[in-house]
Amino acid sequence: MRWIWIDKFKEFESGKRAVAIKNVTLAEEHLHDHFPGFPVMPECLMIEAMAQTAGILVGEAKKFQEKVILAKIKKAVFLDFVKPGDSIELEANMDSIAPEAASTSGKITREGKLVAEIDLMFSHIDQNLAGVEFPEDNFVFGSDTSVFETLLRDVLSKSKNTEVN
Amino acid sequence: MAMSRDDIFAQVQEVLVDALAVDDDEVSLESTLMGDLGAESIDFLDIVFRLEKAFGIKIPREELFPAESLMNEADLVHNGKLTDKGLTMLREKMPHTDLTNFEKDPDINKMADLFTVNAIVNYIENKLNA
Repeated sequence: MRWIWIDKFKEFESGKRAVAIKNVTLAEEHLHDHFPGFPVMPECLMIEAMAQTAGILVGEAKKFQEKVILAKIKKAVFLDFVKPGDSIELEANMDSIAPEAASTSGKITREGKLVAEIDLMFSHIDQNLAGVEFPEDNFVFGSDTSVFETLLRDVLSKSKNTEVN
Repeated sequence: MAMSRDDIFAQVQEVLVDALAVDDDEVSLESTLMGDLGAESIDFLDIVFRLEKAFGIKIPREELFPAESLMNEADLVHNGKLTDKGLTMLREKMPHTDLTNFEKDPDINKMADLFTVNAIVNYIENKLNA
């Protein structure tokens, strides 16, 4: 099982930009405790959702060959609560990408209104920590990435069709 | 692009304030990035990306922080110290830095002191005037 905080991709421009949707529901049990009588999506999970949106953008740019790890939260500003029933849109833009790492900036909106700004850095760990041994298997985008593939399938086939047309 | 050294320093200062969440007055020419300003390895890449944007230049990472890239080479570092091969490489890559003290105990944690704000300003100044 993977820990997934986005429901689908709406737009995906390889190496440039990704837009994902997350529908928040009271079926998520943690909302019953966060907080009792006042359910709001934890901000740390909004960061995680952005890390997945942006992380897949970074991973796809190198054809999922790198182990992409969230390395730094450069900025995380929250402007409003996200509640059950809300559908939030996460937009990640690639600011820089190098062999060792990538930097992204992102916005979360609800019905066009800004909810959060989250800028991140990702490390391609095999390029950064030579001498430290990691499993050869790509534990980020390896055999267990069927969920990511599902998330991307529709949006990637759509962009392929556009290219063909 | 003609920029004075003061202007370059002001921009570099802004980049470091944003990248490392430090105050303006903590960033002087003598500050060391790791020791004084608390930079970690991923911050070096963040700084490189931000400098590229701020000055509109392309910076190969090993050019600005040569010693930092050595730290990641398995055959150049052993037990937390630079090997002879690593030291030779460092001398080649940092011809303008006095390494006499560092060579006595080439502990990679002490390499931190080799990266200063001044080194960045010098690098950018050379790059812009090239």
